[in-house]
Amino acid sequence: MRQDAFKSGDVRAPILRRPFFWIIALVITAFGLAPAVANDVELRESLLLAAVYITLASNLNLMLGYTGYINFGSIVFFGLGGYICVFLMSAHDWPLAGAVLAAGAAVSLFALLFGLGILRLRGAYFALATIGINEAVKAFVSNFEPWGGSSGLYLSTEIFMPLGGPMQALWVIYFLMVGVMGLSLYLSYGIKTSKFGLGLMAIGQNEDAAAMLGVRTPLYKAFAYSVSAFLPALAGGLYFFKSAFIQPVDAFDLGLSTEAMVIVMLGGQGTITGPTVGAYLYEELRGRLLTSETFSNFQLVISGALLLVIVLFLPGGLMGWIYGRWPRMKRVLE
Amino acid sequence: MTALLEIEGLSKNFGGVRAVQWLSFAVNEREILGLIGPNGAGKTTLFNLINGVFVPDEGRVRFRGIDITGKAPYRVARHGLARTHQIVQPLTDMSVLENCMVGACFGRENLPLARAEVVAREVAVEVGLGDRLSTPAAQLTIVGKKRLELARALAARPMLLLLDEVLAGLNPTEIERMIGTIRSIRERGIAILIIEHVMQAIMGLSDRIVVLNSGQKLAEGAPAEVANDPSVIEAYLGDPALAAALHPGG
Amino acid sequence: MFGIVASIVDGVLIGSVYGLAAMGLTLIWGVMDVVNLTHGAAIVAGMFALYLLTSAAGLAPYAALPPILAGGFLVGVLLYWIAVHRMIGRPPLMSLLSTFSVNLVLIGLGTAVWGTVLFNVPVTLPGVSWQGYTFPGTHLLAAGLTAVMAGLLYLFLYHTRLGKAVRAVADNREAAELAGIPTTQMLSLAFGLGVALASVAGMLIATLFPFTVLAGDAYQLKSFVVTVLGGLGNPAGALLGGIALGLVEGLAAPFMPVSWTLVIEFVLFVAVLIVFPGGIFAFRRS
Repeated sequence: MRQDAFKSGDVRAPILRRPFFWIIALVITAFGLAPAVANDVELRESLLLAAVYITLASNLNLMLGYTGYINFGSIVFFGLGGYICVFLMSAHDWPLAGAVLAAGAAVSLFALLFGLGILRLRGAYFALATIGINEAVKAFVSNFEPWGGSSGLYLSTEIFMPLGGPMQALWVIYFLMVGVMGLSLYLSYGIKTSKFGLGLMAIGQNEDAAAMLGVRTPLYKAFAYSVSAFLPALAGGLYFFKSAFIQPVDAFDLGLSTEAMVIVMLGGQGTITGPTVGAYLYEELRGRLLTSETFSNFQLVISGALLLVIVLFLPGGLMGWIYGRWPRMKRVLE
Repeated sequence: MTALLEIEGLSKNFGGVRAVQWLSFAVNEREILGLIGPNGAGKTTLFNLINGVFVPDEGRVRFRGIDITGKAPYRVARHGLARTHQIVQPLTDMSVLENCMVGACFGRENLPLARAEVVAREVAVEVGLGDRLSTPAAQLTIVGKKRLELARALAARPMLLLLDEVLAGLNPTEIERMIGTIRSIRERGIAILIIEHVMQAIMGLSDRIVVLNSGQKLAEGAPAEVANDPSVIEAYLGDPALAAALHPGG
Repeated sequence: MFGIVASIVDGVLIGSVYGLAAMGLTLIWGVMDVVNLTHGAAIVAGMFALYLLTSAAGLAPYAALPPILAGGFLVGVLLYWIAVHRMIGRPPLMSLLSTFSVNLVLIGLGTAVWGTVLFNVPVTLPGVSWQGYTFPGTHLLAAGLTAVMAGLLYLFLYHTRLGKAVRAVADNREAAELAGIPTTQMLSLAFGLGVALASVAGMLIATLFPFTVLAGDAYQLKSFVVTVLGGLGNPAGALLGGIALGLVEGLAAPFMPVSWTLVIEFVLFVAVLIVFPGGIFAFRRS
């Protein structure tokens, strides 16, 4: 749902003057400082997971929330990014920075090409194609020996030496991941307030009308898809570097993209605050439920039921409800 | 007067039904060309063929000398051709201002966001929506939505405007007002191709009329000629007395 | 030489069952423009229904068809009212999400109850021998029953009042409404039928191969490929498309490890969509 982001005068307000810009900065700083100041490793690990979720959800939102196209297999970017990064580091001794960025670039390019082909199609066909792509890539990688096939790839622990050893490396990775999360939030915000974003929103409202108004719909959709691949690929590279191990079943876990979808819808699709708040709420919910043994089996059921309830009764998510109750919040929390 | 839009031998079949057959005519610069005909005559189909929604089976469409036959709608929009729809298509959750900005951003001039906002405001004021810039399109009345449709098309700064039954569903006062707006649009140098069923309005507005029947051109000429053309009267206007009554000037 | 022929024939037999599954998907899609993402779960439900009916209730395998058909229909109608009814007319995003979420719930419950272990329904039937090759009786009977179901569907859609009403709604809902047809009920009927067909297809697949709760995804993808091959809303095309897919699988089987099948099918799916956005056997609507 498109919320009114273009208020009179705001379009010309320089970005540093906009309150929301600083709200995002605050969130990033909080993420960065909290575990460091408290020197709390457990907090860091749970915030790392939150940052991954927020990254995945925010980028998914570019397709789902802005253009209204569902990317069911968005996790394929995460997994492929992880694989390319780990492969470059283990087989070709690339440094972390180079490997991660190369992974991001490669996955974005792949997404652009795939998107150009598949995004000529309308919503339902596109969604189906994305359901399949994750499974197809997983099947391919499982059979692809240079990438370890179904057993996966390992990184030796020496890999952490350039970062100052394993303990230090975990902190570095954490801050990098927070950086990726921050970039995701700023990317969402930047796009939403840009001409590109206006075009995407128009597509999401009424694709035919948008085309007739001059929006280059196939290109815009493909571009959004490609852009939405970059940061999750970086996140994947960092995440699996940290694990020093990657295998198909973890890398291409459809459950994760499903959770990202639930998070976007729960928080409020089309908004920037939505995925962040949604991730927090979802994590809380999951944390409570996972403590019980029976419920851990029901994780998917809970996600599904939650999603159904949101789609049926609260399609705007939490932020949609907030905007309805307090319209002024639209100006402050996008 | 040079021809702005040239339709040559345009034909389109839909599964055996000939929606448009060998249609040829031209719209000149600064002209208002009225398109009339019974329901199912192929008028909206013609619009769809011009702006790329359908690809013609035969024939050519030339705009400002450029062949735009079968080009995708967004390309046609970039060339400077804008269109409104019979069934309005607002971008429902976006505000009036945002709707117009989309037109301005992606139309002929391809404006950046800031400049587009300025144009969008002007256009919205021009059609009478200046007091409702922040209103979500979904909350407008039907009149408001029609005006928004027009504003959005104007925001694209077109050279030719295709209006599809923009007066349908309006009361006489609103019709008067809209006619005035259409005239002022022409004053600004924009040519208009208009489909309408409100006879009096279209006869009064148009410089020339093209009559369509079963996908073919039945007649073409000044409103007076067309109104007196026996085949037109038979096919469409029906009653000669009515036709006489509609003749501009009494 | 004959190896290939046998593969082809077997592929056609199995492919027809894929076609049956896809018929359910394409029917729903064609009538109400909704992509039913619970399709995979419906197939799995048919599989497990057969398992339960044969093992717990001691029913003979093929005698389970009528109850599964009926049960699938009822479940389908229920699903319509829960997840689909309010989504009609809304952006496609919404119905995709609602059916997807129901699928999550169903598969989640399934894995909670049955885990991810392999299940099998032993069905013994004498095969038919030809030129030294034996075609399993199960394959032949599955294809035969598919033909029967397809025939029944055809008779329903084209020779009964109810079926014609469903087709009218598929063609133009407003016109059908104006003609006095209770369109909402027709939609729920069509949805029920779609799920019923998927369940029966699942049952038949269970007589051919072992299965897990997670098998739905693979068969759902096959159904999508078939639907796209055969053209949206075209049950006859779905049957042909299913046979075509079965043919492709049959031909590829001797040359390729099974794990690549999914990749091939996906590539086929994408390729067909890109080259033929309307499906290869696309049914031209005037």
